[in-house]
Amino acid sequence: MDPVIFLIQVLNGVQYGLLLFLVASGLTLIFGIMGIINLAHGSFYMIGAYLAFSLTRLHGNFWVALAAGVVIAVAIGAALEWLVMRFLYQRDHLYQVLLTYGLILIFEELRSLVWGDDVHGVAVPQGLDFSIPLTDNLSYQTYRLVISAICLAIAFGMYWLIQRTRLGMMIRAGAVNREMVQSLGIDIGLLYRLVFALGVALAALAGMLAAPVSSVFPGMGNQVLIISFVVVVIGGIGSVKGALVAAIAIGLADTFGKVLVPQIAGMVVYLLMAAILLWRPQGIFGKA
Amino acid sequence: MSILDSRITRRRFIQGAGGLALAASPLSAPFVLAQPARLKVGLMLPYTGTYASLGNAITNAFKLYVAEKGGKLAGREVEYVVLDDESEPAKAVDNANRIVNRDKVDVLIGTVHSGVQAGMVKVSRESGVLSIIPNAGFGAATGQMCAPNIFRTSFSNWQTTHALGKVMIERGHKTCAWITHKYAAGEEMFAGFKEGYEKAGGRIVKDLWLPFPNVEFQALLTEIAAAKPDAVACFFAGGAAVKFVKDYDAAGLKAKIPLYGNGFLTDGTLQAQGASAQGILTTLHYADSLDIPKDKEFRLSYAKAYKLQPDVYAVQGYDAAQLLDIGLKAVKGDLKAGKALVAAMEGVTIDSPRGKWKMSKAHNPIQDSYLRQVVGEQNKYVSVAWKALEDPARGCKMA
Repeated sequence: MDPVIFLIQVLNGVQYGLLLFLVASGLTLIFGIMGIINLAHGSFYMIGAYLAFSLTRLHGNFWVALAAGVVIAVAIGAALEWLVMRFLYQRDHLYQVLLTYGLILIFEELRSLVWGDDVHGVAVPQGLDFSIPLTDNLSYQTYRLVISAICLAIAFGMYWLIQRTRLGMMIRAGAVNREMVQSLGIDIGLLYRLVFALGVALAALAGMLAAPVSSVFPGMGNQVLIISFVVVVIGGIGSVKGALVAAIAIGLADTFGKVLVPQIAGMVVYLLMAAILLWRPQGIFGKA
Repeated sequence: MSILDSRITRRRFIQGAGGLALAASPLSAPFVLAQPARLKVGLMLPYTGTYASLGNAITNAFKLYVAEKGGKLAGREVEYVVLDDESEPAKAVDNANRIVNRDKVDVLIGTVHSGVQAGMVKVSRESGVLSIIPNAGFGAATGQMCAPNIFRTSFSNWQTTHALGKVMIERGHKTCAWITHKYAAGEEMFAGFKEGYEKAGGRIVKDLWLPFPNVEFQALLTEIAAAKPDAVACFFAGGAAVKFVKDYDAAGLKAKIPLYGNGFLTDGTLQAQGASAQGILTTLHYADSLDIPKDKEFRLSYAKAYKLQPDVYAVQGYDAAQLLDIGLKAVKGDLKAGKALVAAMEGVTIDSPRGKWKMSKAHNPIQDSYLRQVVGEQNKYVSVAWKALEDPARGCKMA
């Protein structure tokens, strides 16, 4: 492989990996740190993308739409937590699987009622809708690089929140022993509502940011659900750092898989997962 | 789906109860005998999921034709049995069995998804029920698995890409790269394209495949840029088509290496693709602004009935109803006249909004493939890319 092309493929892989991290970030919080199985993660991602579509139509500016979308997503997350999720923390994981699977069906139907079944596109934000030339015939979309920068910022923000703040300490403590945290006088109910809402908002934010490069279509949530779980599991449950490393590893594996072994490109990511879990069953940064 | 089921059951119950009441009264009995039995048309199509809009377009157009005929085909009042196949291949055989054997439909119309079609074709062959395929391009349906009772009013996957190669050579693109998803439809479209392009003197320098339904194209776009072909041909549809066309443009390739595809690349997706799709040339058996009176008439009445512009899927659904009508008329509505019915439908010339077409021996349309160009939000007719294109129907014993 030509060295220039090789470097571009590395860039493709890292950029795709960062996008995967963004997509999986909400799940890292809800599943990885709170320990709740959330199959509706993809639905929140889809809602975000459709919100980006509607809100950019209402208000021309993409970033204003983004801010409004995050507010709506936080509200949806908090409402869902209050309505249904809070009854299931103490229950078996199977109940969470059933509930969140039900949510997938409900959100898919709602999406069909509200937005219909057509494919939509969201324009790349103004000022970023140009490409940087890399070779004589290939360019790189600036917006993709901007997304990568935002992904890194979110990764560091999350790491700081979880590992370095008092709130993060409470969240981690709550995941380990709910009763103990409660008996120390912390309102665990409110804390969980906050974290769940934040997780939903992150998933929706990912959907909104990805909308201009991924287009908006029915069933888009299901496509990201599995890969998001793969990211969290490979990285090690509960580790933001792990999720970031895992996402980039998957991005590179997927990119080079398509180029070098196209016959089995669909399997490469899962082979990588199997290999890593054989080596470290708890994931790269997971605690044994 | 369960809602639909219960509705059907309730309706049937009422019919049954009404029938009993009529039978019980000796005076009304002659009227019952004079009335020809209703024609039960089974619509097994996707009404939820990615292909819901296609299923709805086909259903709308089919019902439009029947309504134009006063709700009757060959004198028999039409009753619909509707089943949502969800584009779910795993449920295809069960669903088809249910609608054929339990609901006892006279005619089976469906479907969109090729994987589901494979299951339906199996049931059609076993039960012998008259079946019309209004979309799925699954080659074997009019190839190895062809049968006297199975007809198609849409296209074979092979047909959609075959004319493309000739068009590209005419425009001086002697080498090209091909890209699509790795699944049955993608492989059939590639086969059709390869045959046409190589026969016209072209050379495919690279064929690129993505696992379905992955839509991360960057790695393969980089491969295309490195291979430097004269042009690129592809097959993508729906959400993948929107993303591919936008990514191809954003990667700066559109201006350097022209992009071609079959019509699904730009059908029903133009609003979402925006400027990225402008100028792209595609081939398909339907186009916007065709100068065909039947098309203008059809577009007007469809728009009036549904407040929507029809698309290629609607045309295929409309033709399914036309085909059925012609067949039934020839046998005066008597579906038991198996051979005569099949013979009538085989010899048919359909006056379709896409232009007149004939049925092939394998029961697939012999139709013109149009070259279209994206202008604004239309796939504008440019020329006839291939006159009366016929699927080779390999493996079909009837052909």
